[in-house]
Amino acid sequence: MNFSKSFRNTFLVILLSLIVSACATKKTTTKVEGQMQGDVYTGTDTVKYLADGVPDRVFFATNESILTTKSRDTLRKQANWLRENSSINVVVEGHADERGTREYNLALGERRANAAKDYLITYGISADRISVISYGKERPVDSGSNPLSWSKNRRSVTVKAN
Amino acid sequence: MIRIINLFFIIFFLLSAKAYSLIEIDITRGNLDPLPIAVSPLFQDDNSKRNSINELKIENVGSEISLVVENNLKISGLFNPLSKEAFLQKPDIAHLKPRFEDWALIKAQALITGKVTIEDKKLKVEFRLWDILAGREMMALAFTTVPSNWRRVGHIISDKVYERLTGEKGYFDTRIIYVSEEGPKTARVKKLAIMDQDGFNTKYLTLGNELVLTPRFNPTSQMVTYLSYFKNLPRVYLLDIETGTQEVVGDFPGMTFAPRFSPDGKKIIMSFAKDGNSDIYTMDLENRIVERITNHPSIDTSPSYSPDNRFITFNSDRSGYQQIYVMKSDGSNVKRISFGKGLYGTPVWSPRGDLIAFTKLHKGKFYIGVMRTDGSGERLLTENYYQEAPSWSPNGRVLIFYRETKSNDKGEGFSAKLWSIDLTGYNERQVQTETDASDPSWSSLLSN
Repeated sequence: MNFSKSFRNTFLVILLSLIVSACATKKTTTKVEGQMQGDVYTGTDTVKYLADGVPDRVFFATNESILTTKSRDTLRKQANWLRENSSINVVVEGHADERGTREYNLALGERRANAAKDYLITYGISADRISVISYGKERPVDSGSNPLSWSKNRRSVTVKAN
Repeated sequence: MIRIINLFFIIFFLLSAKAYSLIEIDITRGNLDPLPIAVSPLFQDDNSKRNSINELKIENVGSEISLVVENNLKISGLFNPLSKEAFLQKPDIAHLKPRFEDWALIKAQALITGKVTIEDKKLKVEFRLWDILAGREMMALAFTTVPSNWRRVGHIISDKVYERLTGEKGYFDTRIIYVSEEGPKTARVKKLAIMDQDGFNTKYLTLGNELVLTPRFNPTSQMVTYLSYFKNLPRVYLLDIETGTQEVVGDFPGMTFAPRFSPDGKKIIMSFAKDGNSDIYTMDLENRIVERITNHPSIDTSPSYSPDNRFITFNSDRSGYQQIYVMKSDGSNVKRISFGKGLYGTPVWSPRGDLIAFTKLHKGKFYIGVMRTDGSGERLLTENYYQEAPSWSPNGRVLIFYRETKSNDKGEGFSAKLWSIDLTGYNERQVQTETDASDPSWSSLLSN
């Protein structure tokens, strides 16, 4: 009697944990899907803010330096903020993910940082207020080796220089 | 810092009996049947042993030198050094006149014997290479140097034996410069490090205060060019290894990177990035004249000269993706040479001139491969999760590169290590380093 009861309990526990873990798996998958469009990161995990409502970074597709609609929106907010704070200068850091050769990634990071810089200039920010630096793949924010981590690392980040 | 100490060679006699010798190794093919060789400990008398302890804190430097030789021959993949326990003849007697039947009995085909003396703060080494099957001496050499140089003596003996038996120069008396890595991926600390080819005598050339990348030797292996983020300005630097003096290369208003010396050592070739575009430039180290070599809105990087200085291979995405190109060294006649599936990067011209080694990325895998300089005959040597940046051994027979492992979602399990592989695609092995390591560059042969 006792034996069968404990057996049934164990069975229930196993069944329950299976259901819970199934839910957990499902939850993370949808979370990943919600954070990437194509292979461009659209989440907010790593994003910091230069001011209220002014995100500091934009994200890129693999091997690309094209600005997405969302990136352009972010950069317009940065341009507005820079116009309102004319004494602030910035450095735009360009970054790449770990799935490329080191030297090409240095060039790619520089290209990404300049894509962001050029957009800020188009919106009226003087070129001498913006400097760029490429870190290639040397400074990832997410140390995982998976598509979501890589998407967070393909970025340009606008940082206050003074 | 690293002193290229003069080695005084006294060549006793060098029998060039190649035409008659029975043993010979073909290194152009994968060697699955390494040559059985016996490396007898170099004999040292009691007086020298006492001096050895005083000078080096090593009791039997003769045995230690023979271990250096044995290890070199083993990692070349071409030799099978036999266990010393099976040796029947004592080192001093074998060195005078080996009993060939005894060595043939343990299946040795070649034998190395020698003698070491330390007197008046000088290390004197003589060694002989014997052909067991033919029953005679193939080579005998002696040299004198400072005692602290004893590991180099082992490397030089290895080079002489390798050259005598393969007909090609060795690569053992060489160094590797690389980037030592420590700490988590998001805050990696990188230092320039230099070590002997076999992983010994590691020295750190920078402190890790700033990010450093891609060091490369000049042809005499006394200078290094590399990328440093000193004061957060990524620029190509030049470092004199012996004096430790450093200087920025050129006066560029932006990032310079991917540096390499020209084979005559007179120029540095590199990329300069401006306004999102990277092109290739050279700077003459004597008159400081800067020349622009490419002018294209795409990324042009990873330049490498042909050994005769006449051509440059480089990496460009002008076709839309990373591919390998060759041009004349004035920038004319640009031709794409990589046409296989996937992306190609880090082309580097072989010191023999006939091949270009590269990194290839295809379907999420990274390969180290070689192709002829017109792009034909592509051959992939090794496939892995991540590996790149091959550098040639000075004889053009071995490639060293770095390999990274995949991390889990928390960033654990990541490592970066140096590996080497023969041009044949055989003999892949990890190169020992004190820390994690990347961006290796192989020196020229130091004792030439």
